[in-house]
Amino acid sequence: MGLTIAEKIFSAHLGREARAGELVVVEVDFMMGQDGTSPLAIRAFEEMGGRRVRDPSRVALVIDHSAPSPLEGVSNLHAMMRRFAAEQGVGLYDVGCGVCHCLLPEQGHVVPGDIVVGADSHTTTYGAINAFSTGVGSTDLAAAMLSGSLWFKVPESIRLELRGTLGPGVYSKDVALYLAGRLTADGATYLAVEYGGEVISSLSVEARFTISNMAVEMGAKAGLMEADDKVMGWLSGRTSRAPRPASPDPDATYRDVLEFDLSDLGPQVAVPHRVDDVRPVEEVEGTPVQEAVIGTCTNGRLEDLEEAARILAGRRVSPEVRLVVAPASRQVLLRAMEKGIIQRLVEAGAALVTPGCGPCVGTHNGVPADGENVVSTANRNFKGRMGNAEAFIYLASPATVAASAVAGKITDPRRML
Amino acid sequence: MAENMVLRGKAHVFGDDVNTDYIISGKYKFKTLDMDELARHCMEDLDPDFVNKVRPGDFIVAGGNFGCGSSREQAPLVIKHAGVAAVLARSFARIFFRNAINKGLPVVECDTSGIRDGDELEVDLGEGRVTNLTRGTVLEMVPLPPVMMDILREGGLTAYLRKHGGFRL
Ligand code: SF4
Repeated sequence: MGLTIAEKIFSAHLGREARAGELVVVEVDFMMGQDGTSPLAIRAFEEMGGRRVRDPSRVALVIDHSAPSPLEGVSNLHAMMRRFAAEQGVGLYDVGCGVCHCLLPEQGHVVPGDIVVGADSHTTTYGAINAFSTGVGSTDLAAAMLSGSLWFKVPESIRLELRGTLGPGVYSKDVALYLAGRLTADGATYLAVEYGGEVISSLSVEARFTISNMAVEMGAKAGLMEADDKVMGWLSGRTSRAPRPASPDPDATYRDVLEFDLSDLGPQVAVPHRVDDVRPVEEVEGTPVQEAVIGTCTNGRLEDLEEAARILAGRRVSPEVRLVVAPASRQVLLRAMEKGIIQRLVEAGAALVTPGCGPCVGTHNGVPADGENVVSTANRNFKGRMGNAEAFIYLASPATVAASAVAGKITDPRRML
Repeated sequence: MAENMVLRGKAHVFGDDVNTDYIISGKYKFKTLDMDELARHCMEDLDPDFVNKVRPGDFIVAGGNFGCGSSREQAPLVIKHAGVAAVLARSFARIFFRNAINKGLPVVECDTSGIRDGDELEVDLGEGRVTNLTRGTVLEMVPLPPVMMDILREGGLTAYLRKHGGFRL
């Protein structure tokens, strides 16, 4: 019997065939921590008796979640990260560089066939470029920094065949939300998800990141896609590392193979407080919103800002709404400036914040008030997620968020295309 | 850990999909590494009174997908610092599950549907058995992979690595 993408990647690392269910210890090709998780990792590293990071060139620490710091406690934790990075010679992406999950692929740290761990759950993002990348906790990150390797259980996989052609006003975010709704928040727990079919091939690499990013919202350990020509093209010029693409065998064994025809899919919205409570936009149209957010590791890339700007061009954000835009990286911000996208967004009334996580996780940059509704391009709408348990978060595509910001209520973006 | 494989305490029952934001909100966890301080906010958005009710040695009992959401290790840590001896759930989100073991917090996968708030439980980690003393029922737990059992026995991954210097399967 053949092997899945996940099994292929583990097999290549072990130099022998690895099958789902096996416990293995493998070299980790790249590892990452952010400012919510690195301080505990540094402490665990020291408590483990660690002196030197095994291979500093395979580590990056990113200050993105509360950046710039809103509080002295946070500032001290940031300082701890800077100190550790300098002492150990590991890469540091400081305030303003961007969100970890945008930066790692953008800066060429991840290539197809890699095994990557990040002390952040959305590390599944790089599955879109064929890396087995998964979230771990701080202590696992510390162990990986110390030993260069980590133990894993090779996961079973579930294959999602996405058929058809997406209609106008429908984006990869709508696909990601729809799948979370169909599979539910724990539908892929302990499993790797493999995405295939013509919907994936038709999407840009940037759009694919959005889907792999949200694999973890179904409980998945990884959200894998194949490295096609688009991926190889996207990588060129970004990295000096050699890709080792892994394709699934035609007779690979899956826990399940599910097919979805997405030709009739419309814009989707996840309603409070569950990522898997997903409705067609028509069902929630008209819900008033007070805050709108465009950004995050899910949808803060150039295409996302471009889509939002297309809708906002020549229109104004409703006076009832605060539209917060957080580009996912400095590079995204620079390109968006060159292309006049930022100009259009700000002219329409957007408030621009530092490249990074923005208001996503409730530490700063736009904590909603009691009773307010937020429509956001982020990946989570848990109660309290944005720093106020009395607020309500709706998740949607950048186009839906932009249209809703203009109308002051949740709006089908197809009305404004 | 090894000498303390049998735990006894009261059940505090929660529902499905208890995510890490509920366990410890992001608005607190970025500020400090002081877990006793953070533990004062454990489960706050679900039950503001939880930290006052819980006694050392008690259990959190939940439905499916406990600990979904972020990779924050503060989640198992604040649970531990709040005095909870173990978490029992029908299923766990994988990062939380791994983090809990790494931090020496026992996590027990079993059919929790018959456990009611306030039930007195005995959890025998070595035997893989949960006894509901209040109701006189016995539940089997899903066994941990051997590497996780070893890590838990050492009291967590830090102690495990200090002892072994690397992973042994
Ligand atoms: S943007 Fe939001 S989901 Fe993404 S890494 Fe930052 S806090 Fe996490």
